[in-house]
Amino acid sequence: MKLALLELRRRPWRFAPAVVALVLLTGLLLTLGGLLDGLYNGFTGALRAQPGALLTYATDAKLSMVRSRIDAATTAQVERVPGVEQVGGLGTVLLGATVPGQTTEASVALFGYQLAPHGVPAPPEKTGQVYADTSLRAYGVTEGQTLLLGPKRYPVSVVGWVSDTDFLLQGGLWGTVDTWREVLGSARPDQVLAHGTYQVLTISTAAGANLARVAAAIDAATGGKTRTVTRSFAVDSLPGIAQQRSTFNAIIDTTFFVAALVVALFFILLTIERVGMYAVFKAVGASSGQLFGHVVLQAVVIAVVSFVVGALLAVAVSRVIPPQVPLQLSAGRAREVAAGLVIMSTLGSAVSLRRVVRIDPATAIS
Amino acid sequence: MGHHRAAALKLENVRKVYRSGDAEIVAVDQASLEVGPAEIVALVGPSGSGKTTLLSISGGLLSPSEGRVVVAGDDISDYDPKRLTKFRRENVGFVFQSVNLVPFLTARENLLVVADFSRRDKKKSKARADQLLAELGLEKRAANLPAQLSGGERQRVAVGRAFMNEPDLVLIDEPTSALDTKLGEQVMELIVTEVRARATAAVIVTHDTRMTHYADRTLTIVDGILDDATIL
Repeated sequence: MKLALLELRRRPWRFAPAVVALVLLTGLLLTLGGLLDGLYNGFTGALRAQPGALLTYATDAKLSMVRSRIDAATTAQVERVPGVEQVGGLGTVLLGATVPGQTTEASVALFGYQLAPHGVPAPPEKTGQVYADTSLRAYGVTEGQTLLLGPKRYPVSVVGWVSDTDFLLQGGLWGTVDTWREVLGSARPDQVLAHGTYQVLTISTAAGANLARVAAAIDAATGGKTRTVTRSFAVDSLPGIAQQRSTFNAIIDTTFFVAALVVALFFILLTIERVGMYAVFKAVGASSGQLFGHVVLQAVVIAVVSFVVGALLAVAVSRVIPPQVPLQLSAGRAREVAAGLVIMSTLGSAVSLRRVVRIDPATAIS
Repeated sequence: MGHHRAAALKLENVRKVYRSGDAEIVAVDQASLEVGPAEIVALVGPSGSGKTTLLSISGGLLSPSEGRVVVAGDDISDYDPKRLTKFRRENVGFVFQSVNLVPFLTARENLLVVADFSRRDKKKSKARADQLLAELGLEKRAANLPAQLSGGERQRVAVGRAFMNEPDLVLIDEPTSALDTKLGEQVMELIVTEVRARATAAVIVTHDTRMTHYADRTLTIVDGILDDATIL
């Protein structure tokens, strides 16, 4: 083992090609993962933050929050369903916001809510006050500012910050139901909603309740006018989310495979170059297992070093790209990439096992 | 009654045959040999005569096609590769023709690598490596890499490595082939001194007949047939 580490320390240039390749692949993996996380969180934050385990949409909206409408009578029917503990109305409108002192409009999703989502305080005291998602800082939004929403420039003032509450990549603004209703009415006069009408109901259930049964009971109670799904199902049903994840995951998996291939090719070449040295080691009593351990240890060390440098590279990249790009580097993703890289490097180096085993110690003397 | 040490090496009717398609190549044919516990035997012969094959069989690097190989009382003829590895690790020392030091290890580490493979006590191994380097006049060069050593110094490190595992038998392949006559003689004197100091047996393969006077006995091998008549 000491031998493997000594070689790495004394001949680092020898391993430079593999390290350079793995550093770039690590940077790519972290950046891709960060983009996937950023896109996913930016698309789904508002739904993931909902306090209720179930969300009820109008059936004909096909799980589109923007198209869905649930009137007061339907809400009352839902509230009476056994197993339902709390029902809160939720509505949103997507529009542009003029930020004082900025030339670029910020894209926002204004929410009106009754039940406070996770990480969001109870609705502000006054109509026209909103909590802003921290992602809007990238557009120059600051606390105390007045933002002008939509074509009618409806003014809302930022009274605090919330995080991870964006929706469809638009920065989350969270205000009272009245604020939402007024902004919606000013931006889309054709879509003015009656008092008591919401787009979606967020539903908390009694402890231990069977979510599928409660959902079915709600939809039965409303005579099929609603479709109730779990929060996670609603998140996965957002347009493009599944495709986005599968595309990014396919690229990430391919990159991991390339990393394994790089390590495999590198150590095959290195093993070919080391045949003479390994033959001498075998002649003086080294087992194939010891020599293979030498190769694997070097592959793991290379993977770890490359990960550290690659992570620094990814952090540097995240600092220079525009803040509007939804890149989120997280410790969880970094752990995943580090573990994946070590596993793929180990597997890659394992390709050398056959060659190591086949080295004939007699060649040391011939 | 006195205690008799077993022969360091005993070959009985050893035959090594290689097959190439239908052809059969006999590298060593019915070779028998006995090397005493503290005896130095020189093995000479032309290129392709089978001397390296015989050396490899003696050191457990190759298994014979026929015959018996006994080293320090252990019959290794039928050992599988795993047992042969252990046998080499514990019983045999090698000095290779091209020295074959590990280029990224210092002189001292080149000795210790043998102990690392056998997982010997580190403290004892370090003491032994230091002792060997001192005996070989290399104590001041212990921290030097092979590239920083002269040809003779590298050869001395290789000799030290062969003695690290306190072997019963040292096998030395063409130790002077890359050296001029003067340096070759110095290296041979060193090898002989080390071998005699430890009362270890040694087989030295060489094509250089000027070096055979260092051995107790010289054997010739031609076309795989060993002639055990002593050459004076």
